[in-house]
Amino acid sequence: MNAQNLNAPSAYFMAEVVEPVESHTLSVLVDNEPGVLARVIGLFSGRGYNIDSLTVSETEHEKHLSRITIVTTGTPMVIEQIHHQLERLVPVHRVTNLTVEARRRNFEKPLERELALIKVAGIGEKRLEALRLADAFRATVIDATAEHFVFEITGRTNKVEQFIAILKPLGLVEVSRSGVAALQRGPEGI
Amino acid sequence: MKREMTGAEMVLQALKDQGVKHVFGYPGGAVLPIYDEIIQQDDIEHVLVRHEQGAGHAAEGYARSTGKPGVVLVTSGPGATNMVTALTDALLDSIPLVCITGQVPTHLIGSDAFQECDTVGITRPCTKHNWLVKRIEDLPRILHEAFYVATTGRPGPVVIDVPKDIQFATGIYEPPTNIAHKSYRPKVKGDIEAIRHAVELLARAKKPILYTGGGVVNSGPAATQLLRELVQLTGAPITSTLMGLGAYPASGKQWLGMLGMHGTYEANMAMHDCDVMICIGARFDDRITGRLDAFSPKSFKVHIDIDPSSINKTVKVDIPIIGDVAHVLEDMVRLWRTGGHKLDAAGLKGWWEQIDRWRVRNSLAYRPSDDIIMPQYAIQRLYEATKGRKTFVSTEVGQHQMWAAQFFGFEAPNRWLTSGGLGTMGYGLPAAIGAQVAHPDALCIDIAGDASILMNIQEMSTAVQFGLPVKVFILNNQYMGMVRQWQQLLHGNRLSHSYMDSLPDFVKLAEAFGGHGIIVDKPGDLDGAIQEMIETPKPVIFDCRVANLANCFPMIPSGKAHNEMLLPDEANDEAVAKAIGAAGKALV
Repeated sequence: MNAQNLNAPSAYFMAEVVEPVESHTLSVLVDNEPGVLARVIGLFSGRGYNIDSLTVSETEHEKHLSRITIVTTGTPMVIEQIHHQLERLVPVHRVTNLTVEARRRNFEKPLERELALIKVAGIGEKRLEALRLADAFRATVIDATAEHFVFEITGRTNKVEQFIAILKPLGLVEVSRSGVAALQRGPEGI
Repeated sequence: MKREMTGAEMVLQALKDQGVKHVFGYPGGAVLPIYDEIIQQDDIEHVLVRHEQGAGHAAEGYARSTGKPGVVLVTSGPGATNMVTALTDALLDSIPLVCITGQVPTHLIGSDAFQECDTVGITRPCTKHNWLVKRIEDLPRILHEAFYVATTGRPGPVVIDVPKDIQFATGIYEPPTNIAHKSYRPKVKGDIEAIRHAVELLARAKKPILYTGGGVVNSGPAATQLLRELVQLTGAPITSTLMGLGAYPASGKQWLGMLGMHGTYEANMAMHDCDVMICIGARFDDRITGRLDAFSPKSFKVHIDIDPSSINKTVKVDIPIIGDVAHVLEDMVRLWRTGGHKLDAAGLKGWWEQIDRWRVRNSLAYRPSDDIIMPQYAIQRLYEATKGRKTFVSTEVGQHQMWAAQFFGFEAPNRWLTSGGLGTMGYGLPAAIGAQVAHPDALCIDIAGDASILMNIQEMSTAVQFGLPVKVFILNNQYMGMVRQWQQLLHGNRLSHSYMDSLPDFVKLAEAFGGHGIIVDKPGDLDGAIQEMIETPKPVIFDCRVANLANCFPMIPSGKAHNEMLLPDEANDEAVAKAIGAAGKALV
């Protein structure tokens, strides 16, 4: 990264070397103890890293282990930093970069799913249209009155985004999303 | 042994079982049960400071000068918040500290009780790890775990927040065990293939350099011994960061002096032009690298560090080796020998000739004076007077700190105590006190500035109470010298609030505390006065009046590369004014 600027006349007339940012999904196995989520979030805010999505729940009750799934963006150097900074936290057992793992196994991405609950209010043609779209997107109705529906949809983030965008003109009231849950493809665990 | 006891007794028992001899602290409501135990025993000596920050820095000085963890005991609320600076300082300089804070009783937590604060919340980003103890059953385990986390891997500060009701509660104490931690397992052995690769690279290098840091000192005496061996075997030049001074003796032939913003010309030029760089226990800090994209552009870089997050943080390296410095160096030295590598004096001849040409520039030169004391001269005389003694030098932060680093030669590790990462003014006096507690017979000097010393001057009282004969050697120029230097470089010489209008009479101040005061303003009187200071068996404040407007050179201005140093003989007003461009001004 240095070589191309060797002949620059001054520090302030150099081509800025910009590495492209990438989106990565990290799976972090932690002790489910008080403050552990604050440590992870504080690390991201304190060091200026991005959190695009964060999902956390206890996944192994008998060992009190939680799995935190984080979707973050950054240059490859920043992603490597995030990985190591997370590993440095004392209650962190393991950090796996699912995106890198997926590439290593020749997959485009790891398995990533998100759940969203979406409330739409309206009557007449708009209401019917919302219901038709829900069917097309394989969303299910989990609550309804004559004036509203609540849909449940599961899928990749893109699909959820698209469904929400499409419902906007049809009386979208509010949305609650789970954030991304992710696993590696294949028989092995992380 | 297992035994029923109260939480407060457990704290003292755990400290004893961990080999703690000294605790620095300040009592208050939420730690009274622990203080009640302290007075009923003799194994652990408590040093009462005058401000909790002082306790923190004293524990840092104790830790840095001994290699053992420093222990601090403070109360809840303001006791804990006053520790924040010292904890952050210890985090940035990788100093092992165990800080025990009192907390309001568990049933009052969250109620905004008197002297309550969210200690674990506040100290989370400035500790390696912290714990709030909510059950007496957890207390013994957490106490032992705290020492383990603070002292292993990359050392750092930890906080144990103990609510008052837990201190009173009774439970079963368990002594320390060797059970592996469930998630925290630092790696000490480096990857042998990477080490082999590094050794081969070093053997083939025509322009090698060893760039060492505080990690060598932290790794212990074996690491410094092995480093000296490696330097001898390879014939490579060696430089060090501020934190690593003393790991390699300043009198060594291959020593280039400190590198970085105020490092020597030869060290920085060698870093810039080298073909193989071995970074050992240092972290490519911005004070070291200068302009990042022009940092050592032609070199293969090997980075030895125990903390994986230090690798590729700012500078991309070719061969990362994650492990403890002593372990990795042991492998390196062994592989160098078994690999049949020899010192290639002929191959390195050109490199050393180049280095000698840089040395001739004499980048630490200053204009001597018969009338006024030059600050550099004062440090040189102090160094000469202390040679042959067991001397520990701490500093505050600023010009005096850089002059001390440049002109005081350190021959052994753990003798140099300075706030490198955080740059904490007020660090030096308490740190010297901590070192003196650990080494009662040694000479402990705080090289200070007139501005910094006033930030924790209250600790003179601690020194007097505990019979700790620390020496405060103030380079008094009546300015915040480094602030003024930057204002000259960056802000058109508008000296905004960097002049001290009404400094105290330091001699009277020393006497008021019960110490001894000395003032000198003539170069001819310096040696005698330094001798008087050394021979005085009580705390001394030495007011050394130095040239008011001396600046610290050489200097890599912010935003510039290693080969764009501002040298003392070139630093006329015009060069100083033009040294930093518009973009560089935004940097620190």
